[in-house]
Amino acid sequence: MHSDTPNNRWTEVLKDGIIGAWPICLGYLPIGLAFGVIAQKAGLSPLEIGLMSVLVYAGSAQFIAVSMLSAGAGLVPTVLTTFTVNLRHLLMSSSLSTFMRNLGPGRLSLFAYGVTDESFALNSVKFRGGRWDWRRALVLNHTANLAWIASTVAGGFGGEFIPAGAFGIDYALVAMFICLLIFQLRGMLYVAVAIIAGVLAVVISLLIPGNSYIVIASVIAAALGVVIRRKRSFPRTEGQP
Amino acid sequence: MIPDTYLYILLGMGVVTYVPRWLPLALLSNRRLPEWFEQWLDLIPAAILSALILPILITTGEPRHLDLLRPELLVAVPTLLFAVKTRSLAGTVVVGMFLFWLAGKFL
Repeated sequence: MHSDTPNNRWTEVLKDGIIGAWPICLGYLPIGLAFGVIAQKAGLSPLEIGLMSVLVYAGSAQFIAVSMLSAGAGLVPTVLTTFTVNLRHLLMSSSLSTFMRNLGPGRLSLFAYGVTDESFALNSVKFRGGRWDWRRALVLNHTANLAWIASTVAGGFGGEFIPAGAFGIDYALVAMFICLLIFQLRGMLYVAVAIIAGVLAVVISLLIPGNSYIVIASVIAAALGVVIRRKRSFPRTEGQP
Repeated sequence: MIPDTYLYILLGMGVVTYVPRWLPLALLSNRRLPEWFEQWLDLIPAAILSALILPILITTGEPRHLDLLRPELLVAVPTLLFAVKTRSLAGTVVVGMFLFWLAGKFL
């Protein structure tokens, strides 16, 4: 067998996907527990909390929704806010689509459900590294999803279970993102784009409330990256201005 | 207070969250894309990751303001160096957590 072709026995696929998801699961645990505790204090039962984690499955949007609902917000403002907070997934799914070739609508729809900041970051790196396919990505997505649902429901039963700050677990996702960013820097162009995106994101985040800075900064930085790349690969010939 | 329309709110939230996740996969994944668009998509992960992380490291509060003295940033420097040096995801996550735990003890 060619070394880049993943072994597609379903036990191997399950194993790779589940093991691959561990940094996300670890990171979701404290956040999910914290969400569950807050949601329970706002008056939600563990069932209602679990239902939100299943139907919405989006960390920051769930925190915002619970605080809006407990402040008396209704359907329309809560749903609209959720929409704007989660619009960034549009970019992530667009980027992932380049790895999801020749799949039917059912498989694509099943995969789409699990696209989060974390699964996007991890799957992008794994697809790029080879020995990764949509099945493993799907298992990874749904493993992370289960960890999120379980930890939010557990928090809803009224316990943080792990003391605040224990084992530095709150830093798991930040460390994961830092490492995955390093993996994405496959040349000077990527470094330049990352620096532009980071600086833009900080500036925009200070100017505009909410999380729209993620999309705005990424779109602009990647577009500038394309421009830089074109300028370099088509050097100016003599006589042109 | 949680309203009686909770289930409808969840369904609404679910739909508006799912559609942006699904639409690009449905539209783009089985299509030949123009070269500039492929190049743009190729740069998106690096851009998004940086745009996600940097504000977490050096801004805080509501409304957001700069804060360059956060333990998040202090720990990020050795964590990043470790990632560059070892290129190990597992190692970086463990080292980052350990250093953040240490920072919590001493800062």
